[in-house]
Amino acid sequence: MALQEQALPLGGIAPDRTGKYRTDHLLVAEMIPAGSKVLDVGCGDGELLQLLESRGIDGRGIELSREGVNRCVAKGLAVVQGDADTDLVNYPDDAFDYVILSQTLQATRQPKPVLENLLRIGRRAIVSFPNFGFWKMRLQLLVGGHMPRTENLPATWYDTPNIHFCTIKDFVQLCDEINVKMERAVALDLYGRPVPLNLPWWVWNMFGEQGVFLLSRGGKGK
Amino acid sequence: MTQLQSVSSPSIHSEDRAHEADHPTSPVAKFGIDQPLKLDCGIDLAPFQIAYQTYGELNADRSNAILICHALTLDQHVANVHPLTGKAGWWEIMVGPGRPLDTDRYFIICSNVIGGCMGSTGPASTNPATGKAWGLDFPIITIPDMVRAQAMLLDRLGIETLLCVIGGSMGGMQVLQWTAAYPERVFSALPVACSTRHSAQNIAFHELGRQAVMADPDWHHGRYFERGTHPHRGLAVARMAGHITYLSDAALHRKFGRRMQDRELPTFSFDADFQVESYLRYQGSSFVERFDANSYLYLTRAMDYFDIAADHDGVLAEAFRGIKTRFCVVSFTSDWLFPTSESRALVHALNASSARVSFAEIETDRGHDAFLLDVPEFFDISRAFLESAGKARGLDSTGG
Repeated sequence: MALQEQALPLGGIAPDRTGKYRTDHLLVAEMIPAGSKVLDVGCGDGELLQLLESRGIDGRGIELSREGVNRCVAKGLAVVQGDADTDLVNYPDDAFDYVILSQTLQATRQPKPVLENLLRIGRRAIVSFPNFGFWKMRLQLLVGGHMPRTENLPATWYDTPNIHFCTIKDFVQLCDEINVKMERAVALDLYGRPVPLNLPWWVWNMFGEQGVFLLSRGGKGK
Repeated sequence: MTQLQSVSSPSIHSEDRAHEADHPTSPVAKFGIDQPLKLDCGIDLAPFQIAYQTYGELNADRSNAILICHALTLDQHVANVHPLTGKAGWWEIMVGPGRPLDTDRYFIICSNVIGGCMGSTGPASTNPATGKAWGLDFPIITIPDMVRAQAMLLDRLGIETLLCVIGGSMGGMQVLQWTAAYPERVFSALPVACSTRHSAQNIAFHELGRQAVMADPDWHHGRYFERGTHPHRGLAVARMAGHITYLSDAALHRKFGRRMQDRELPTFSFDADFQVESYLRYQGSSFVERFDANSYLYLTRAMDYFDIAADHDGVLAEAFRGIKTRFCVVSFTSDWLFPTSESRALVHALNASSARVSFAEIETDRGHDAFLLDVPEFFDISRAFLESAGKARGLDSTGG
């Protein structure tokens, strides 16, 4: 399986002593060198962007919700109201060093073109998403017989903004299909801790509550 | 016609207005024959003058100056009593101690645009060559001309770089022109409810307004000064039409609905039976007391000609190539004069130019005029944007 081969060890995540930032945000921030130019697609209220800016990263954001944008602008962040599905095409090639899609992939209408656009606009992309292959999800569907709901995904099936759930395994296949290279892959467990890397990939798919992937262009044949 | 005459009784202010055009109550910068304003139409305008107001104090390193660009029918009296109407300044809600444009922290400048009628040279000013009002002999001016004149004013005031240029509607067009023409002089820009070019629909509304002015028998081909008249009725109609475009159906409905004015039943006449009618008539008549009809023609024309991409083969992003200015673009959901789609096109171009841009669409039913009204969301964004711009420029957070 491609994931196991391409998963590279990630340095230890700096512990969040202040408790100010989410572990997955810290993980994303660790992947980006200072001085980079970054676009955060679906930046919410700008928590990740603030973390990035505090580390000397030049961050911009796109956010669908008006309230989110207003909160970001009120924090002094450069955030534009827009829709990842329709607005990414307006960004020129190579406009950013990194493009981040944090917990947003599952809410897009067209995940594939969105992913393709990420790697056109940015030289690298960082994608994180909730893993629908997570054991709790499987259990709820298998035993409970209802669409899974978790702490991070509390919406019911009829009012969720999330329309394209996938598992880590599905995502790896999509990356393969559109010729995207996986530079790093990390699964985070229920508590936001990285799942040990020495475990086989199916453990990730089972015990990773979310996946975080660092991607670059052109993986095939390499 | 009888109905409209009742709207605008002959102005008691026409002499005051004429006096204000040449000798404004506010400070004025005079530019002599050796310092002409180079107009887009090819004419060098000299001499000329720019009337302006300032609020707050310029700090020692001259880094806290903010330029406000006013909209079509407004002027430099942002936060002081208006000399003709006796009313409060048009943006007092936004400018003052502790307000988003905090006069304890920033040095605020607003000039009357060239072509205006409140002390900057325009068609109501006296033409030095004839000793009479310029009227239609005044050259056609453009938004870039207005900005060029403002830049000369800032040179005169000794201000090299502005912390921010802010303005709505026609003021927003000036903001964009500032960033395109003098990017190095503008640290941040806050264009509100505007567009990079005037749309065909907006040109159409302006044409309606101009034709109303010119159809008034008191207009006399723009030479009404010599006849001792003013095309009140035409200008009032122009203002009424304009005013409708500044509002929204929802706002009009909320404010007036179909309610009657001081009566229970319709009069079966063309009196102002409805509250909305009498409101518009009031808007029209109070406008003619403070505004010059020819100025209205010139300024609407300037907006019509505005198209920032035109100088760049129609490629908007080229106008902002490599720009360092920080942008915050704001639009309002119910603004149908400058709809959000136009702000979005600007934002796309700025993104393509790699500019640092924020964009917020604010939900309100108050239409285009929302930028002049009490919209807390807009105030919060403006305040935060200015604070972060000030911080990025190393402005002392305690002010001064």
